Amino acid sequence: MDLLNALVALSNFVLVPAIAYGAQLALGALGVTLIYGILRFSNFAHGDTMAFGTMATILVTWWFQSMGIGFGPLPTALLALPFGILACVLLLIGTDRAVYRFYRAQKAKPVILVIVSIGVMFIMNGLVRFIIGPGDQRFADGERFIVTARDFQAMTGLDEGLALKTTQGITVVTAVIVVAALFWFLNRTRTGKSMRAYSDNEDLALLSGIDPERVVLITWLIVGALATVAGVLYGLDKSFKPFTYFQLLLPVFASAIVGGLGNPLGAIAGGFIIAFSEVTITYAWKKVLGYSLPESLEPSGLVQLLSTDYKFAVSFVILLIVLLFRPTGLFRGKSV
Amino acid sequence: MSEPFLIGDAMTGGYGRGPDILHACTVAVERGEIAVIVGPNGAGKSTAMKAIFGMLDLHEGQVRLDGDDITGLSPQARVKKGMGFVPQNHNIFTSLTVEENLEMGAFIREDDISGTMAQVYDLFPILREKRRQAAGELSGGQRQQVAVGRALMTRPKVLMLDEPTAGVSPIVMDELFDRIIEVARTGLPVLMVEQNARQALEIADKGYVLVQGRNAHTGTGKELLADAEVRRSFLGG
Repeated sequence: MDLLNALVALSNFVLVPAIAYGAQLALGALGVTLIYGILRFSNFAHGDTMAFGTMATILVTWWFQSMGIGFGPLPTALLALPFGILACVLLLIGTDRAVYRFYRAQKAKPVILVIVSIGVMFIMNGLVRFIIGPGDQRFADGERFIVTARDFQAMTGLDEGLALKTTQGITVVTAVIVVAALFWFLNRTRTGKSMRAYSDNEDLALLSGIDPERVVLITWLIVGALATVAGVLYGLDKSFKPFTYFQLLLPVFASAIVGGLGNPLGAIAGGFIIAFSEVTITYAWKKVLGYSLPESLEPSGLVQLLSTDYKFAVSFVILLIVLLFRPTGLFRGKSV
Repeated sequence: MSEPFLIGDAMTGGYGRGPDILHACTVAVERGEIAVIVGPNGAGKSTAMKAIFGMLDLHEGQVRLDGDDITGLSPQARVKKGMGFVPQNHNIFTSLTVEENLEMGAFIREDDISGTMAQVYDLFPILREKRRQAAGELSGGQRQQVAVGRALMTRPKVLMLDEPTAGVSPIVMDELFDRIIEVARTGLPVLMVEQNARQALEIADKGYVLVQGRNAHTGTGKELLADAEVRRSFLGG
């Protein structure tokens, strides 16, 4: 038995990747939950919104790189991020003006808006593939690791290494800053409070003189920023491929629903619950168990509950369980 | 007789394209007075209130505030004109704190609201105590105080309450009525719809008994309480 090595192996393969992935999902789910709370529909185009923002960021990154602009040890994409956000926000506001506003004026039912958002999803999806192509893009540059497995082993003298990728560090730091800023905005500023009031009770918000069009505009602004940040962090950590981002829709929605739709705190908790479930269920536990169990009990198989190909099944199952037994989610959002 | 401060004059109308609910119904409130609208269920009490606040289209009649014809204005525009309205249901932001509810009430104001907030807290001391708590966690009576407080935050020139005591216990009801009298004493005219006709008429300067969307009886609170027919038909003898 060697608990210390078990802990290091667990951190390296489960904890650190799951925390980074959870932070990315949480940012995505925050966007979904804000739209649900304020515009009152499930936005199926959110995955492709993330893809569009990321694509715009990648294009600017390439342009910066071609001009020799870098960000030292950090990825150039962080410099390009504000431009990506701007492009994404413009697209969202354009979509709202051209599509959603029409249905809002008619007071369309949420289910109609969901179908509309699926249409928007296909258009955004096509747009992204048309501009950057359907293939895989890697755009992370700068220093790859904060701590490499080899350095860690040399520092601690342990058999197992703990690698910390730069992108993972950036993901967590960025997510913390973005979430803190979002909560400060929603809870401390007059505009943020008016958004929560509008989400809580639309009619009373109207009576109080809160302008719904302004609330909607600011919502898209924030959603565009959140989606782009989430998408860029995910793309830096793994890679960018339009289809993968479309697929991200499922874990992102699962996160938002598990936490309670419309509840920002729930979206964050949901993101980490889904990420940890996905990673722990698809991880081969042989190594960690080998360290932590007595030799006689050492497993001979991989001890992998589910192949990584089936990772989306995990989000699906959690989603079903939550919808069956606690439809408002863990943090009591609105029921779906 | 001079024109009342707020009057819904001979209002006829209903919801959307539905049938008319109000038939030449007149309701008014004078400066510094309390006017109550009472009547049996389905008499159109709340509808009359909503008509004055612009939440349904009138086919005939007028709504005038301080002599100005406001019949064509939206409810939001009427708030800006100085009308404070407390709906019967969903009249607070449940997920916001008490203080945030008051802040949102004053959303249209650009000036410093701390003075008005202090006045509301003086009127409803329990709200000062609970100002950091989510309004949805409060009791029924306290929620109504938040709702009235929220409407007062715009510093309205007239306050309209739609069944402020619906669903609260008799003790809380008495307290709410006391508070409403206190509000009226500051010179703010109050127009309210009430289920509890007897208590409401006791504090009313003017009472309107509606039956099937028409004015059945009108008079001071005392007159109506003394009227044999009013007593027989729905005050329970």
